[in-house]
Amino acid sequence: MGEYFDAVLLARIQFAFTLSFHFIFPAFSIGLASYLMVLEGLWLKTDGGVYANLYRYWLKIFAVVFGMGVVSGIVMSYQFGTNWSEFSHRAGPIVGPLMAYEVMTAFFLEAGFLGVMLFGMSRVGRGVHFFATCMVALGTLISATWIIAVNSWMQTPAGYAVNEAGQFVPAGSWWPIIFNPSLPYRLVHTVLAAFLATAFIVGAVGAWHLLRGRANPGARKMFSMAMWMAVLVTPIQILAGDQHGLNTLEHQPVKVLAMEGDFEPSPDGAPLVLFGLPSKEEAKVRYELSIPHLGSLILKHDPYATLPGLTDFPREDWPPVAIVFWSFRIMVALGLAMLAVGLWSLLARFRGRLYDWSWLHRAAVAMGPSGLVAVIAGWVTTEVGRQPFTVYGLMRTSESASPLDAPAVATSLVAFIIVYFCVFGAGIYYLLRLMGKPPQQGEAAPPSLPHRAAGITPAAGVGASRTKGG
Amino acid sequence: MAGVDLTIVWAGIIGFAVFAYVVMDGFDLGIGLLYPGFPVGEARDQAMNSIAPVWDGNETWLVFGGGGLMAMFPLAYAIILPATYPLIIAMLLGLIFRGVAFEFRWRHPRHRKLWDIAFTAGSAIAALAQGMTLGAILQGIRVENNAYAGGWLDWLSPFSLLTGVCVALGYGLLGATWLIWKTEGAAQAHARRMAFRLGIATLAALAAVSLATPFLSFEYWRRWFEMPQMLLTAPVPVLVTTCAYMFFRSLSRQEERLPFLMALCLFLLGFAGLAISMYPYAVPQAVTIWQAAAPRESQVFLLAGTVVIVPLILAYTGWAYWVFRGKVGTGGYH
Repeated sequence: MGEYFDAVLLARIQFAFTLSFHFIFPAFSIGLASYLMVLEGLWLKTDGGVYANLYRYWLKIFAVVFGMGVVSGIVMSYQFGTNWSEFSHRAGPIVGPLMAYEVMTAFFLEAGFLGVMLFGMSRVGRGVHFFATCMVALGTLISATWIIAVNSWMQTPAGYAVNEAGQFVPAGSWWPIIFNPSLPYRLVHTVLAAFLATAFIVGAVGAWHLLRGRANPGARKMFSMAMWMAVLVTPIQILAGDQHGLNTLEHQPVKVLAMEGDFEPSPDGAPLVLFGLPSKEEAKVRYELSIPHLGSLILKHDPYATLPGLTDFPREDWPPVAIVFWSFRIMVALGLAMLAVGLWSLLARFRGRLYDWSWLHRAAVAMGPSGLVAVIAGWVTTEVGRQPFTVYGLMRTSESASPLDAPAVATSLVAFIIVYFCVFGAGIYYLLRLMGKPPQQGEAAPPSLPHRAAGITPAAGVGASRTKGG
Repeated sequence: MAGVDLTIVWAGIIGFAVFAYVVMDGFDLGIGLLYPGFPVGEARDQAMNSIAPVWDGNETWLVFGGGGLMAMFPLAYAIILPATYPLIIAMLLGLIFRGVAFEFRWRHPRHRKLWDIAFTAGSAIAALAQGMTLGAILQGIRVENNAYAGGWLDWLSPFSLLTGVCVALGYGLLGATWLIWKTEGAAQAHARRMAFRLGIATLAALAAVSLATPFLSFEYWRRWFEMPQMLLTAPVPVLVTTCAYMFFRSLSRQEERLPFLMALCLFLLGFAGLAISMYPYAVPQAVTIWQAAAPRESQVFLLAGTVVIVPLILAYTGWAYWVFRGKVGTGGYH
């Protein structure tokens, strides 16, 4: 039994590692695909200029990010079977079709139009090319919707029955399965997070080049667009996060109590624990620093509302409290910092100094990875907070794993760690190199495909710039 | 839809997805295998550029096959993947190296050699792992209480090694014939020479696998060599011989498209042979497709979308291929 537990723990570490690494890329490419769609739309509308250059500049980056997302994503789709075969067997009839719909409606759409988007600028008309960009952007959003439906069903299962083989099967309609109670909140929160993560990367790149030359029109434009996103979307995201939290309190109270560090019930209103060291063993937060009643005010919108504590629930249903407690705080702190940068940029904009305040630019550079870090911290909060279950309240993680020997999983885990750090480390280095180059007039498209034209006239104006790059 | 056995329909759709993957990513992986044989520079750039716009879509059929298996035959998915664990992990890692190489090789001139190696090594590992997975499934998997009950190296056998080599050679053949179609000049001449050799090697390997399969178990033997089933199975080797003849003739006549189409036909026949051997099992000799099938509600729900969406996918995938039709140009990347 001891060795079996080790295999499960190793499988969990492997899933967490490969998923965290993977999700960086789709989070970035969901936002970037939509940004590219906006840029190309503006390029078509204004006929070239700075938008055309920015489109080509970010398209090169998108190609690298998307490629890494694809190859790390295939790992995820097979890991359900390799490492979580019991889960796949029992939950497959519910989550399987949703994931198959993701492949059919999103992955094929993205892949089918990506080739044209990256390499087809000289082979199709500009309108058709814009259509391809839109399809790729749409694909990323459809993909997010299906996979969030799967994840949300695992968090707040609904619409299921259990058959004689112990499998979860649809009880009737698929509607309650897909539109399960946490889907709308999680989907909005995740997509906004992807947009914000992208905005802060774009903003950081713009700010970096502004610090080297305030006259660069591409750098000015991207910084301005990113800061509009920061100031407009961050407050919406904080609101969405608040609503998501209320939803979680309703359906997964234990997770919220772990996030808050509320071990003891609070009959007269819970405090907001700012910091402290939660100890699951002692069932208390050591060195607690808290504000009375604020916890209830946030979670119940009433300072004196009663809140339960973790000790009201069986201990074997508690998640790892410290991880959830800290990852949640990292996410919230970064969200507040993003709001501050957004407001700072608004002040600078109203004073007409958006491109001049170098401390604002330095802060924006420093905040470049903040969105991605917040995304990972948020996923750690919700996924670790779901423990010790895979299907919340119904199927335990310990019952979900494949019957594999620990050495097999240990070997694959080491292989994943080595390969991911080498391959994606190199990829991130190439991304930083691309971002380190300032956007230019006559920006080159991605490395072109020098197809011999088969009776096709290259679209005017874009053909000439396609053979340079890297 | 009442009265239609959706389990058979779904077995057919998943079979189609796997076949689409095998031939489409087959030529991508085959080009990866042949890549070091092409001279550095123009010929290599041509070879890689001929698949750069389409490889991602081709690979998506692998995700559809895997995802479809999980959705429609969850028990088979839950048995086969743990049983072939090291092979699947190796394939995934191989596909990572292969996939990133397309973009990474342009990103730093000094690193290009490294990513070219990653392209070939990744393709080779993925091709071998896929072929060996096939062998591991055919030779049988130990199942107890609806779960895999073997060790983590059960898949390793002379037979699975043979199927691994066979699939890799076959992919090489697809890649070489694809390049005959898409390239010209020195690259095409090299591809033609390789196609001839790989044609012979693939047929030899196919013959070896075909001869070995019926001896794996009594069931396969009876299926292939007893009347009246033999009336169904006998045409397969006859058609393979015909295809092989037409393949070599098209090569010697310097045709550009027919070799690829004949290689596809060979794969289709091989696939038909596999279907004959496997049916009605999802995990040979252990779990039938009906035992592994998801409930009817899941089958209907996914089928409703599939009949509409898959034709659409085929349509826009065809369009994307059409956009990049014709020969890959000789002007390289500067």
